[in-house]
Amino acid sequence: MAKAKLKEHLINREWCKGCGICVHFCPKNVLELDAQEKVFAARPEDCICCRLCEIRCPDLAIEILTEKQEASENGKSA
Amino acid sequence: MAVKDYIRERFFPHLWCPGCGHGIVLNSLLRAVEQLGMSKNEIVMVSGIGCSSRISGYVDFHTLHTLHGRALAFATGVKMSKPELNVIVPMGDGDALAIGGNHFIHAARRNIAMTALVMNNRIYGMTGGQYSPLSGYGCQATTSPFGNIDYSFDIAELAKAAGATYVARTTTYHAKQMTEMIRDAVLHDGFSVVEILTQCPTYYGRRNRLGDAAEMMDWYKSHTTPIGSKAKEENPSLIERGVFVQRDKPEYCTEYDKVIEKARGGQA
Ligand SMILES: Cc1ncc(C[n+]2csc(CCOP(=O)(O)OP(=O)(O)O)c2C)c(N)n1
Ligand code: SF4
Ligand code: SF4
Ligand code: SF4
Repeated sequence: MAKAKLKEHLINREWCKGCGICVHFCPKNVLELDAQEKVFAARPEDCICCRLCEIRCPDLAIEILTEKQEASENGKSA
Repeated sequence: MAVKDYIRERFFPHLWCPGCGHGIVLNSLLRAVEQLGMSKNEIVMVSGIGCSSRISGYVDFHTLHTLHGRALAFATGVKMSKPELNVIVPMGDGDALAIGGNHFIHAARRNIAMTALVMNNRIYGMTGGQYSPLSGYGCQATTSPFGNIDYSFDIAELAKAAGATYVARTTTYHAKQMTEMIRDAVLHDGFSVVEILTQCPTYYGRRNRLGDAAEMMDWYKSHTTPIGSKAKEENPSLIERGVFVQRDKPEYCTEYDKVIEKARGGQA
C-alpha cells in the first residue's frame, strides 16, 4: 500500500469540545489544544496519517485529508 | 458514501458532554455502515431513553426514539413487519438491563435478527449518575454514597445464556474493533449483542476518580484483554474483549414466515 501523504487536518472548531482524546492518543504528539480549548495541528510535519484521532473523536470534529483523497463533501462546504 | 453523509448535521454539535464515549460509538457505527455500503433507507435505528439513546437523533436512517427500556419491543414490531430492513438498537446499560432487562433476554431467546448495541457506561448518565445494574460492587454513584453493594451482570454471559447468536465486547479505546464488530453484528442473521464499554466522564468518571475521558480510555486499554489470552490467566480481573459467540440458529422472522405458510395450508 502506498503511504498516504498528509494534506491537511480538517478541524471543525464549532464541533470540537476540547476533550483532549485526540491529543492524548496521537502516537506522534502532533495535536494540541489552543487557548479556546479547540484542537489544532501543532506539528503537522510529524503526522503519519494513522487516523487514530479521527476514529476516536467523539464529536466527528477532526478528519485527516491525504494527498490522494479529497475532503468529504460536507467537509468541503465548510 | 462518506461518514458525514449518514448524519443529520443540523443537530451538531451534539448534546453529549466533552469526551463522552457515546460519541465514539456514533463515530464507529457510522464507519461500520460505510463499510457495509448500505443505503440509509435499509437501516432502522430504534432507541429508548437515555444519553445513549439520543444517538438515534443524529443518524440519518429511519429512526424511532421510543420509551425507556422498551426499544427492543418497538424494534421487534418493526422487524416483524419489515424483515428486509436492518434494525439497530442502541441502548444504555440501564435502558437495556434494568428497566429493559426482560425485553433483552426475550429478544435474545427468540433470536430475532437485530443488532443490540449496549453502550455500557456503568451509570444512569441522563438522570444524574444513579447506579445501574452494571455499576459494580464498591463503586460510587449519587445513589450509593457509601459504596454500591449490588453486583453487576456480565452482559456477554447473560446474552449468551439467553440465546443470542452473536455476542461480542469491546471498548471506545478499541474503536477499530468496535467498527468491525458492529459491521459483523449487522450482517449476522440472528440476535446480535455488542457490549461497548464507554466512558461517562461527567458522572461515573468524576464520582469514581477515574480522571478525564482519555484517562478512562487508558483504563479500558489496561484493564481489558483478548478472550482467552495469557494475560487473563495470570490476572483474572481483566475484562475479556472479542467475539464470545457466533453461531447459526433458525431466525425468528424466518420461522414466523413458515408459520404463516402452514396456517395458509400451503396456499399462497
Ligand atoms: C419509564 C421511565 N422510567 C424512568 C425514566 C427516567 N430515565 C431516563 S434515562 C434513565 C436511565 C439512563 O441510563 P442509561 O440507560 O444507562 O443510559 P445513559 O444515559 O447512561 O446513556 C432513566 C432512569 C424514564 N424516562 N422513563
Ligand atoms: S477528540 Fe475531537 S472533540 Fe476532542 S479535542 Fe480532539 S477534535 Fe476536539
Ligand atoms: S493521523 Fe495519527 S499521527 Fe496524525 S494527528 Fe492523527 S493521530 Fe496523530
Ligand atoms: S452525562 Fe455521561 S453519558 Fe450523558 S452525555 Fe454526559 S458524559 Fe455522556
